[in-house]
Amino acid sequence: MPSLRYSDTWLRGLSVVTFLVIWQAASGLAASPLLPGPATVAAALVKLAVHGRLLTDVGITLWRVAASFTLAMAAGSVIGVLMGSSRSADRLFDFWLVLGLNIPALVIIFLCYLWVGLTETAAILAVALNKVATCAVILREGARSVDRELLQVADVLRLSRWRRMTRVYLPQLYPYLMAASRAGLSLIWKIVLVVELIGRSNGVGFQLGVYFQFFDITSILAYTASFVLVVVIVEGWVIRPLELRVTRWRR
Amino acid sequence: MNALEVTVARKSYHADQREIVALSSLDFAVPEGQFACIIGPSGCGKTTLLSLIAGLDRGFDGTIRRQGANDRLGVVFQAPRLMPWLSVRDNVRLALPADDDGQRADALLNDMQLGPYLDAFPNRLSGGQQRRVALARAFVSDPALLLLDEPFQSLDAPTAQHLRDLLLALWARHRPTVLFVTHDLREALSLGDRVLFLSTGPARIVLDLPLDLPRPRSPDGPQVEALRKRLLESYPDLLRGLGTGANQESAA
Repeated sequence: MPSLRYSDTWLRGLSVVTFLVIWQAASGLAASPLLPGPATVAAALVKLAVHGRLLTDVGITLWRVAASFTLAMAAGSVIGVLMGSSRSADRLFDFWLVLGLNIPALVIIFLCYLWVGLTETAAILAVALNKVATCAVILREGARSVDRELLQVADVLRLSRWRRMTRVYLPQLYPYLMAASRAGLSLIWKIVLVVELIGRSNGVGFQLGVYFQFFDITSILAYTASFVLVVVIVEGWVIRPLELRVTRWRR
Repeated sequence: MNALEVTVARKSYHADQREIVALSSLDFAVPEGQFACIIGPSGCGKTTLLSLIAGLDRGFDGTIRRQGANDRLGVVFQAPRLMPWLSVRDNVRLALPADDDGQRADALLNDMQLGPYLDAFPNRLSGGQQRRVALARAFVSDPALLLLDEPFQSLDAPTAQHLRDLLLALWARHRPTVLFVTHDLREALSLGDRVLFLSTGPARIVLDLPLDLPRPRSPDGPQVEALRKRLLESYPDLLRGLGTGANQESAA
């Protein structure tokens, strides 16, 4: 990858190492079971992965993230683009959007579980609903900023609906779709654990709740570390390369 | 045969809750293969007229007939309007059917000295090069009718002249009917077979001037300069767009 320049990689590595060193030093100073060091946590992580159910839990949580992310992006994008391109749609949905942006996540989660039941569907719906409004707001901005002059070019060239969409319209929305994905993912990572804690009997969130009841800080941190690892991988291997690809023409 | 027949009784638009009449009683026809220039003061409705002819705006009283040109229309806008996310090659291919192999696009771009930039994105090109790509995009589909809206504005004089020469060479080769809008009298006189003078808004034609000067003509050459002087002497109000008297004289 041309983007991962040598000095970039080096600086990123340095930043991670510094974090680990500070953590190790702090745990050494504290010398308390309340703050295990990175080595202890890493050992627990390996043990939980090999003998425990860590991999299953992370897998299940990831599946929930993927499902609710897809759902929320699809619904949010359609609503956002509609609101950005039609004034009456904007008036119609604006109140809903304000509502969606400001209802506390916990309320949505409770309502979903109460109305749909303590099911997988309710869990995914709760996570997705928490993100739709954010996504719609960003895509509304995107649709509003679409360059009419370039659409006129598409009209003059008599492009088919498909080519007009993929060659002229959507490329203008890519930066907004990327921003919505980023903002959405970070929100979903946080909310999915709460949803699992409240109404599911597996997944990272549920397991963290169990360890919390046992004051098992090492396992809590091991689960957290595994989760952070996944986030870093998704960011580095999916989001960033995708972003570089769609913004290639700017460099 | 006329490639284009324009009859606009009235075109108005709303701005700040006021109705502004942009065009009224505007009639003209352009025969096939002619290079017609339209000149008029800034803001007289030239761009509005072009967007009516291009079919981008259908809200007007009147008719516009484009003979056989419905599927083969080329437009060059004031700004190049290239897709920034498409390479030079893909920008030009956009004007061809989706299943076209694109060889025509490559050949044309090579002819226009854009060969080294086929894979470059537009933001890597100079202003002059971007306009060349826009010209290529308009010509690649071999249009029957080509509309140009002050396409060489805000370029330095040598670059603009180079592009004018290129346009004339492409026109000579493909022979589309051309409608070239400008507010620069020298440019109009150096390019056209005919110059239509518009008044200030609402735009009407105040003078329809056929030109039979031999090409190539330079916009700064003696021929064009002499003609320009004569025009401004005979019709002193021409470019101020107040040519009420001029209209009668040309009709007489």
